Amino acid sequence: MSEKTTNMKVVEGSYAVAHAVMCCRPDVISAYPITPQTHIVENLSQMVADGDLDSEFLTVDSEFSALSVLIGASACGARSYSSTTSQGLALMYEVLYNVSGMRIPIVMNVANRAIGAPLNIWNDQQDAIGARDVGWIQIYAEDVQEAVDATLQAYKIAEDAQVRTPVMVCMDGFVLTHVYEPVHLLDKELAREFLPDYKPANILDPAHPMTFGAFADPSTFTEFRYQQFEAQQKALVKIEDVAREFEETFGRYYGGLLDGYFLDDAETVIVTLGSVVGTIKDAIDDMRSAGKKVGLLKLRSYRPFPVQALRKALKNANCIAVIEKDVSIGCEAGLVTDLKSAFYNSNIRTPIIGFVAGLGGRDITIKDIKKIVARAEASRKGIESEFEFLNLRTEIL
Amino acid sequence: MEKSLLAPGHRACAGCAMPTTIRLVLDAAGPNTIVVSPTGCLEVTTTPFPESAWCVPWIHSLFENASAVASGVEVMLKRRGKDTNLIVIGGDGSTFDIGMGSNSGMFERGHKILYVCYDNEAYMNTGVQRSGSTPFCVNTTTTPSGRQSQGNPRPKKDMPAIALAHRVPYVATASIAFPVDLRRKVKKALQTDGPSYIQVNAPCITGWTFNAGTMVELARLAVDSGLWPLTEYVDGELVGVKKVRRPKPVQEYLKLQGRYKHLFKGAQGPDLLGKIQAIADANIAKYKLVD
Repeated sequence: MSEKTTNMKVVEGSYAVAHAVMCCRPDVISAYPITPQTHIVENLSQMVADGDLDSEFLTVDSEFSALSVLIGASACGARSYSSTTSQGLALMYEVLYNVSGMRIPIVMNVANRAIGAPLNIWNDQQDAIGARDVGWIQIYAEDVQEAVDATLQAYKIAEDAQVRTPVMVCMDGFVLTHVYEPVHLLDKELAREFLPDYKPANILDPAHPMTFGAFADPSTFTEFRYQQFEAQQKALVKIEDVAREFEETFGRYYGGLLDGYFLDDAETVIVTLGSVVGTIKDAIDDMRSAGKKVGLLKLRSYRPFPVQALRKALKNANCIAVIEKDVSIGCEAGLVTDLKSAFYNSNIRTPIIGFVAGLGGRDITIKDIKKIVARAEASRKGIESEFEFLNLRTEIL
Repeated sequence: MEKSLLAPGHRACAGCAMPTTIRLVLDAAGPNTIVVSPTGCLEVTTTPFPESAWCVPWIHSLFENASAVASGVEVMLKRRGKDTNLIVIGGDGSTFDIGMGSNSGMFERGHKILYVCYDNEAYMNTGVQRSGSTPFCVNTTTTPSGRQSQGNPRPKKDMPAIALAHRVPYVATASIAFPVDLRRKVKKALQTDGPSYIQVNAPCITGWTFNAGTMVELARLAVDSGLWPLTEYVDGELVGVKKVRRPKPVQEYLKLQGRYKHLFKGAQGPDLLGKIQAIADANIAKYKLVD
């Protein structure tokens, strides 16, 4: 940790992220308020109001318009920022595809939250996982510090000429947006050095008239999609490179595409995303003291999905438990399905058990983690149930 | 005449008033202009990749967000100190209906944007379905006339009034049959410090079904019958009305169009024609179209 380059403060997660956004110097910010994202955009509004941030902040009529505003701004050369969650992300759905298809490098913090019905304002990751195919890169943060650092890294990844793909920086709603914890706020000058001004090659300019957003018929449409697909493959390298560059400048590194905790010699490995990682690490500490070889693989990049890196990191495990806060109603859940598909054509035949947990803000405890590990370990002798909802309250069903 | 900023070779139907509208608007605006368009006939007929008919910078994103996209363009033009005309050109589907939220937001925030609606009174790009702009009794594919239907049962939505309710400082209606008036209004709108809205009557040969070559005549009859009054509002005040010397009966306008054909056959026809005449008469009285 490089103390000389940063100052550590106890602040709310939303403030820390807003501060990081300020250090990224967006020209235009547009957002629509929705719990638990509100504190991020309120902080940004105050920074603009106080003159600490030289950005145009547009208050708009919906999340749909918020992201649409950024398309126009970006087409004029703006570095653009938004933040949303849950229903707001769902309302943006059509625009999400449009932004990625037009190769506009917008960065957006998603304060992960459940999607209704039933209405629920608390944390899970259904919103972002449900938007996995929209062509955005998705980076998941374990804690506030990672959310801060990933936000700055995200612009560098998104704006790379080979990538030119928007990025969602996902942070668990309330758990990370509303928590107060010590954070190294970014140093403005170092951030500027790390992330130079945005200079896109093509903009809307009467001196050089160009057409943006033409329509493509069957003879060219596939190639547009293929180029997006290729860009995400290039992002696999870029995400790792940027994480290393970040380490050189700021002295912090927690994996590019993924990170491990007691992973190397682990027999049982838990694979997950987001803030539940903290609880899992505590549970692993307990289990390791008891002599159990349990480890963790924390996935940072869900899209692009790092197939090769996952195969390599998990090759020694003899059972895998996936814990995730989303469900694909009708077929398991996002991460466990993707992980299985990553292994299918490899020679890895490790049992993979999927657990849906923490939906709509329900706590996941150390005890739960131990239960999951026990269940996964039992699968070595034969899989009884390969997918389950953790702690179902059968008495109210 | 100077070269048009909408190049020939676009794929609109012969007899479509949309490209005519664009050319008149761009003639008035000149090359220092950025255009934002929603999805619709305009986008489909002018920008099949890798071709484009646009000789000014042009951007399309989605059906319902052109005003929001334009808002983002506008704040960046201001931020960079650029004095560039910014015009949204969209059809009535995106303007009156699906883009209403985005339009309302743009008007309310006061962006310096001219919004031009080429109003052909139905969803023409998808095959002539009813829109909020479709007039009373019009036969569309979703309000067909039939044994128990006389076409669209509702009157046309008053979009200029909605713009005025947002205190849009310049609001006007125009017609391709009156190009001098249309160009003047565009120039005036572009001088406005804030949003402006111009709604142009734009006959659609496919959706209205009329004889090729009568597009301008039809547009003129819409004005001369009182069904399309040419009005101009500045800061909420009606400052200009195009007078009609001797109003034509609405039948002269309606009978040339297939979309009203059923009114000239059934038993209910005369009664319904009377109701449409009453709409025109109300306009004539409201706007004092006749001296």
